[in-house]
Amino acid sequence: MTQIVDTGTMQPAQAPAPEGQGTGAFRTFVRQLMRSKTGFLGFCVFALMVLICLIGPMFTPNDLPTNTNLIYGPASWSHPFGFDSEGRDVLIQVIDGGRAVILVGFLAALISTVIAVVFGALAAYLGGRVDSIIVTATDIVLTVPSIILLAVLAAFYRVGDSITLAVILGVLGWPGLLRAVRAQVFSLKQREYIEAARLLDLGTGRIVIREILPNMASFILMNFVIGMTNAIYAMAGLYLLGLAPMQGDNWGIMINFAWTRGAIFFDGSLGYILGPVLSICILQLSLVTMARSFEEILNPRLRHN
Amino acid sequence: MAATESLETDEPEKGSKPAGRRSSTTRYVVGRVVKAFLTIYVVATAIFFLVRLLPGNPVDVYINQQIAQYGMSYQEAANAAAGLFSFDPNESKFMQYLHYLGGLVQGDLGTSLLSPGSSVTSQIGAYLPWTLFSVGIALIISFVLGIGIGMAMAYRRGGIFDHAMTLVASITHSIPNFLLAMMIIVFFGVQLEWLPIATMRGAYSPGVHPEFSLYFLSDAFYHAALPMFVYVLTSLGGWMLVMKSSTVETLGEDYVTVARARGLTDRRIQVQYVGRNAMLPLFTSFVLSLGFVVGGSILVEQVTQYQGIGFLLYEAVQRRDYPVLQGILLIVTISVVLANLVADLLYSRVDPRIRITSKEG
Repeated sequence: MTQIVDTGTMQPAQAPAPEGQGTGAFRTFVRQLMRSKTGFLGFCVFALMVLICLIGPMFTPNDLPTNTNLIYGPASWSHPFGFDSEGRDVLIQVIDGGRAVILVGFLAALISTVIAVVFGALAAYLGGRVDSIIVTATDIVLTVPSIILLAVLAAFYRVGDSITLAVILGVLGWPGLLRAVRAQVFSLKQREYIEAARLLDLGTGRIVIREILPNMASFILMNFVIGMTNAIYAMAGLYLLGLAPMQGDNWGIMINFAWTRGAIFFDGSLGYILGPVLSICILQLSLVTMARSFEEILNPRLRHN
Repeated sequence: MAATESLETDEPEKGSKPAGRRSSTTRYVVGRVVKAFLTIYVVATAIFFLVRLLPGNPVDVYINQQIAQYGMSYQEAANAAAGLFSFDPNESKFMQYLHYLGGLVQGDLGTSLLSPGSSVTSQIGAYLPWTLFSVGIALIISFVLGIGIGMAMAYRRGGIFDHAMTLVASITHSIPNFLLAMMIIVFFGVQLEWLPIATMRGAYSPGVHPEFSLYFLSDAFYHAALPMFVYVLTSLGGWMLVMKSSTVETLGEDYVTVARARGLTDRRIQVQYVGRNAMLPLFTSFVLSLGFVVGGSILVEQVTQYQGIGFLLYEAVQRRDYPVLQGILLIVTISVVLANLVADLLYSRVDPRIRITSKEG
């Protein structure tokens, strides 16, 4: 929610210095993250979670046995999160359930970032009529509360698989990012070296792709991370409402079952609801921390001095 | 200038144009009003096509169901569907669309699928006020608190207070609000039994009637307390951080240096020079966030069982009550659009820069 508002208030004046054009965006990203303690910590936590969620499932049993004796069984050292309503170990489900969340969030953020960058850059660079059409469209989509729109859409057309879910989330997630990108390109396009490139008649496409976008790489990465948190928030919400595909292992499904089956009222089931809830919260926290320290890097005035 | 970015006032060069102030204000106001109506029209149209023309449309599903279940003739079923979705499936598409729009203008959003005889408008009228009440008050509380704490953070930049508050803000800011509500209910409601979650459900206690009395108000606050607390806690961090950065930004402005050089008191500089100007850019976000919180309320209200518009939406989703779904989407959008419109118009009064620099809205 408020994450979106944040990007809207990002100041276009603090463009990153046109440095490191040759280095890849990711390397710049990591190098700059190392400069902020909390940002680096967030990055480490995120990397660790991704590792556990992607590699972890290879070491867990493929079929979790249901065991009626263990329904809501107490937590112990070997089963730290206890057991669910079917007597299955919760920790294993938590490990297996992150993959879908991270992948859907990543894909959705990728889609919305691409839309935002392409149309945001076009709007700012071409200006005039193109700009006002894009801005009006953005404002309209931005005003419609997206989680309600998502809920209505998902209720009309039952979402079948995770890819569809990611596409829907991505297609609705761009307006906030687009505004941020547009503001940034506005300020970049007035720099001297862009003027110079224009005088040299290098062509719009080349100037946007070769001269403007590389200087926005870290800015775009930051917005990508924000887009991921927004997508994960919306995804968890849709799962809570029972509107996302309810198959496979997934933190969202776990929360939905624990909540709708009333698991919270059993003593031994604390882990069943807290496991996935805390996992999502920590994932979001690590992403927000990364994005925030990035904002500090891009906006030197925010830095402590 | 950068701060007013989100208000269509970009392209700083235009600021130097000595436009006639009067006419540019009128143009701005007219532009904003037109844009608000355009948004509502686009959303209403999108809903029509969503329901009627895309594959798997609920109108045909409903008609087929009626024929299969109750042995109705197609004509009877189509007539029933006409009342539900407030357009007649037998007409041409274009006439259906016109009738649908005509119905909307008269406040006719169709009839609920599952509570026969109850109009969508009356259902929304019974639930929406509670969401606006809880969300609105929570938003004001978190905005005021966030402004205060954010300013304090900016003045004590780098200190323990700043660091501690940044940490708190990052944490509350990143936890999804409905998950926080869940954790509060699990810990304080079920485990510790501090919160009487059973009696806190709903918008007010059974047997109490909405009226303007202290007794009713306290009852309403009692039921809204949990969702309101969740909204405040999860949006407070965002306000703190944005206000801090805005204040830090303002502190670097020349006019603050000039004010210091003039020897004005710190208090006066803090309140009149820095505070006021740092707050301005947040004003737009304040109203924009109304939309986000109303949107987020569907999840929080489901978790806390508070009977606002989100609760109604959840029920409608569960029971596939399509007319109610489309009605809620439209009404919530309209309320957000109107709130944004009022905010933009107020903002242009508060911040004179808007009036001078606005182009066609």
